[in-house]
Amino acid sequence: MEHHHILRTITKLLIPIILLFALYVQFHGDFGPGGGFQAGVIFGSGIILYGIVFGLDKAMAVIPPSVLRVLAALGVLLYGGVGLTGIFLGGQFLDYSVLAAEPTKGQHLGILLIELGVGTTVAAIMILLFFAFAGFNREERG
Amino acid sequence: MLFSAFSLLSAGLFVALDAVDVAFTEAAVGAGISTILALATLALTGARQEAGTRHKVAPLIVVIITGSVLIYASIDIPPVGDSQAPSHLHVAPRYLNQSMKEVGIPNVVTSVLASYRGYDTLGEVTVILTAGIGVLALLGGRRRKKERTKSGDKEE
Repeated sequence: MEHHHILRTITKLLIPIILLFALYVQFHGDFGPGGGFQAGVIFGSGIILYGIVFGLDKAMAVIPPSVLRVLAALGVLLYGGVGLTGIFLGGQFLDYSVLAAEPTKGQHLGILLIELGVGTTVAAIMILLFFAFAGFNREERG
Repeated sequence: MLFSAFSLLSAGLFVALDAVDVAFTEAAVGAGISTILALATLALTGARQEAGTRHKVAPLIVVIITGSVLIYASIDIPPVGDSQAPSHLHVAPRYLNQSMKEVGIPNVVTSVLASYRGYDTLGEVTVILTAGIGVLALLGGRRRKKERTKSGDKEE
């Protein structure tokens, strides 16, 4: 892809917008369409686009697979942790109402946190899958 | 390519049905990620299949049993569009009417997904993580791959 100048330039322009849009979908999921799952996929596809155009090594330098593996597990842990926090604060598992003084505030906080967990896991797994497929392919050929 | 176009079309269909969240997912996952993964899989696989292993009976039996149990269970599902279906009688009205008071979030889909059906979503995220781990175990990290090709060379 070294000589595809148009592709490289457009990609450079697009990637910040894609990542920003993913964050918007992530944190605006309470009010508009979207949520952690969609945001994770969009964020992942931004990084995957970077990997396709600029090469696997550069994408892996941006987010190393070892970091991604930790992030993927952290997302689920954050989700479960929020659920367990509900128990420790006197509620039930995944009951967000006890997280803040007012039940609706607690619900807001809980949903924000678990959506963040969902988004983290989904984005990390999507990028990891791409790395696994693309890396396998290259070594088979090389 | 057809996959991608089909997903994009069905995303448009979901928008027409006012299911914006589903359309969003379909457009992002179906038209985007899964097409890339399908192409990557095509690039990985060769044109020829390896000479067949012997036929296995046990998996067939498991599949048949699971399939017939699923079909048996589907007999109890109320017909499509049945207004008397249990989900339309007590769960759906409560979600739609009480969501603003109980959860306080304008998007009902998010409040159902994240709050009322929190267990399900936790399960889904765990499934994604497990699937990812499974793929990584099959394809392997880069370091392990090198070791495998080395051992493959030795075998040859």
